[in-house]
Amino acid sequence: MRYAMAIDTRKCVGCSDCVVACQTENNVPIGYCRDWVTESVDGTYPNVTIELRTERCNHCDNSPCVRCCPTGASHIVEGGIVLVTHHQCIGCGACIQSCPYDARYSHPDGYVDKCTFCIHRVTKGEKPACVSVCPTNCMYFGDLDDPNSEVSNVLKNRKFKALAPEAGTQPNIFYMV
Amino acid sequence: MKTRRDFIKISALGIGATAIAGGTARLAFGSSLFGGNSNEEEVLKQMPTYCEVCFWKCAGWAHVTGDGQIKKITGNYDDPQCNGRLCPRGTGGVGMFSDPDRLKKPLIRVGKAGSQTYREASWDEAFDYIASKMKDLKSKYGPESMALFYHGSSGNHFSHLMKAYGSTNHAAPSFAQCRGPRDVGLEATFGESVSSPEVTDIRDTRCLVLIGSHIGENMHNGQVQEMSEAIDKGAVIITVDPRLSTAASKSKFWLPIKPSTDIALLLAWIHVLIHEDLYNKDYVATYAEGFDQLKAHVSSFTPEWAYGITTLKPELIRETAREMANAAPSVIIHPGRHASWYGDDVQRTRAIGILNALLGSWGNRGGLFFKEGIKLPEFPHPEYPKPAWSWRDLLDGKYPLANEAVTNTVIEASYPKDGKEARIKGWLVSGTNLIAAIPMKQELEKAMQALELIVVVDTMPMEITSYADVVLPECTYLERYDDIRATSHREPTLSLRMPTVEPLYDSKPSWWMAKQLGEKLGLGAYFPYNDYAEVLDWQLKQVGTSLDEMKKIGVKKYTRKTSPYIEPGTIHHFKTASGKIQLYSHELAEAGFDAMPVYTPHPEPEEGFYRLIYGRAPMHTFSRTANNPNLVALMPENAIWINPQVAKLWGFKKDQYIWLKNQDGAVSTFPIKVRVTERIRWDSIYMVHGFGHHHKPLTFAYGRGVNDTELITKVMIDPTMGGTGMRGNFVTFLTEKLGKEASI
Repeated sequence: MRYAMAIDTRKCVGCSDCVVACQTENNVPIGYCRDWVTESVDGTYPNVTIELRTERCNHCDNSPCVRCCPTGASHIVEGGIVLVTHHQCIGCGACIQSCPYDARYSHPDGYVDKCTFCIHRVTKGEKPACVSVCPTNCMYFGDLDDPNSEVSNVLKNRKFKALAPEAGTQPNIFYMV
Repeated sequence: MKTRRDFIKISALGIGATAIAGGTARLAFGSSLFGGNSNEEEVLKQMPTYCEVCFWKCAGWAHVTGDGQIKKITGNYDDPQCNGRLCPRGTGGVGMFSDPDRLKKPLIRVGKAGSQTYREASWDEAFDYIASKMKDLKSKYGPESMALFYHGSSGNHFSHLMKAYGSTNHAAPSFAQCRGPRDVGLEATFGESVSSPEVTDIRDTRCLVLIGSHIGENMHNGQVQEMSEAIDKGAVIITVDPRLSTAASKSKFWLPIKPSTDIALLLAWIHVLIHEDLYNKDYVATYAEGFDQLKAHVSSFTPEWAYGITTLKPELIRETAREMANAAPSVIIHPGRHASWYGDDVQRTRAIGILNALLGSWGNRGGLFFKEGIKLPEFPHPEYPKPAWSWRDLLDGKYPLANEAVTNTVIEASYPKDGKEARIKGWLVSGTNLIAAIPMKQELEKAMQALELIVVVDTMPMEITSYADVVLPECTYLERYDDIRATSHREPTLSLRMPTVEPLYDSKPSWWMAKQLGEKLGLGAYFPYNDYAEVLDWQLKQVGTSLDEMKKIGVKKYTRKTSPYIEPGTIHHFKTASGKIQLYSHELAEAGFDAMPVYTPHPEPEEGFYRLIYGRAPMHTFSRTANNPNLVALMPENAIWINPQVAKLWGFKKDQYIWLKNQDGAVSTFPIKVRVTERIRWDSIYMVHGFGHHHKPLTFAYGRGVNDTELITKVMIDPTMGGTGMRGNFVTFLTEKLGKEASI
């Protein structure tokens, strides 16, 4: 079991619904977020292209945040989901520094917080909140170890990339281009 | 490839540390409502609603906690308008409920008009005040002297009240300031418009042409979803825009047109279809009238002619016309929605209509389909009195094609003009912030100073409330009943909005306000119910369901009785007088206008000035969401898009704040952040509409960004229907507000 997400940048319109849905689903304080949208612009007018991407924790197989956590609050569970146990976290912020994706933030209550792939929904067979709300249906979620899962299938026929592969973290979010 | 550090993050994290830090203390309010561990199991009650953050009205569920707070809102999977997926504004609709700046108590002005000092009042006192004024106006000037301005669901309740009172002067900015020109242009061509939600069959199209439509930035949910589906299916998208819009970035062809020249491009496309013999001959022969006149009309409008006007290469114009013809009839030239640009907007929409007609798209799969809905019978009430006059009498022979009240003429009739007494003496304003919606500031100001009564109903202290004699605090859509949403589209659907929680503060639903006011005015017979639930239950029972059933399902779909497309072997009758599509419009010709669209050059910016283009962001609706805690976290202010060459010329740096001054000397109240981007032409600048609020009770929105309407002092009126063209304004830059001007 290896949970992964495939995101179709050809369909994403950058509306940030994923951000709002995550906030209300996971009680993320307003002004903070577990996921966000980036826009990159290439070229000069009128030969311009843009890529919009919804980003979040990559739930890396080789997670620097888990390795550097002094208390064991950051850990990996079944399916490869990286979690933070809030009451074990001392808020030292080492993991925030170690993450090449800027995926973690200091919660005002004193612990570090990040995307959980909505594990509370996923274990009930539902999709993460961001995936289920997306108006463009540009996000696919599932088990990459299952060759017939939706996420495996969409990645079979498309060119895709991962972010910051040079960091060696083995991320589990893939962007179809 | 750039590293992600170079990317402009457009979400909360990326807005910039200062913006977020500045807002944190204020924004923490929202979080405290839902504090606690995200993973703990809460028992949530689901109650149906349909959204009111925009006009798309997606059906969804409010998830309510045991202590009566709304935790989240999700889409209803049975609703074809959203398919279970709300947009960011719908998901963030909870912020409309939790916004601490909401109107909380009825307010009555203290002292003279314009003093903007209010005292809290009881509902009874507020209604007594309004009723006595309305009775007074009725006896002095007749009931027609009272006008209603409205937007959204609440308008229906006040419309009923005003008709019972004796006035049909009901004006919505959505006509003359927005979709009016589109609807009138299509009605003159096909006998009907595309309605809302639009009858564009995007999910099955093979070619989608966007000219003045920014799907993805306008978050018209169903259309965004269908465009995404069309991309999956390999549809060709052609986008015409002076800006690399989100949709343009998804397109096979982007035509970076010089602004204000769209009609020239449309005429050249028509020329190519006809002169290269690419049009649908059977369809045109069967369904259209005036083809020979059209052919002669466009004979000289070659792509080479259009090149000099639009700056688009002739080969690109030809190639895109051929793409449309290849896909026909599964092709949509999208007529857009906000169409009041240059004062010749009915004619531009006519050109769009004519293109669709030549390609045979209306009535075919992947083009434009025939809608079907279910009609709810009206709850019985006494007949309305017949008004002595209506908004049509204010037109003075102008705007013969206007088929809805023209806001601008109602405003101009609200103050003495040319030695004539004002015919409108009182306003009831429901759900529309006229200050941000109406570009004619001077006329608006004169009217609001002259009126004897202004009543404003809103959930938020928008700018318009500061002009009111009485402010009535409405509860949000999540706290009230409204009319059933009866949608005509691919399939007939009904959707229920009900109170999902008790109204906060002393806010009340509009149906209740209308009834209370009606009773005080002696019109109680028009409101024969104690609770609007009785009206809804009665109506629903006439169509085979009930309020109880709708509370459980939220959305009910009905089966179509007619085909959405022209069936083989049948002939469709369009809703024009002759039953045929009007390529040549006798209606327009007889009214003294061009029977076929003509390109007219529009004014261009002087040196050092840039055309002001405004638009939408997917996380905001008009000016109404700029204070919504959940949505401002995504986009707290607007920015001005400036081409890097222009920025270099002026020495502007990314994120610098500047003021704007227009061709008439109007200066923006607040500064705006510079966004240097290759996505915009060098002769234009762009900003999202709806920011730059100057009303302090909007504690978050106050002073953030620029209100484009302040800079739209030149309005080009469409002579056919009164639409206010707003794209003919030019701005230059100031580095200090009233100090030195920036210079090249």
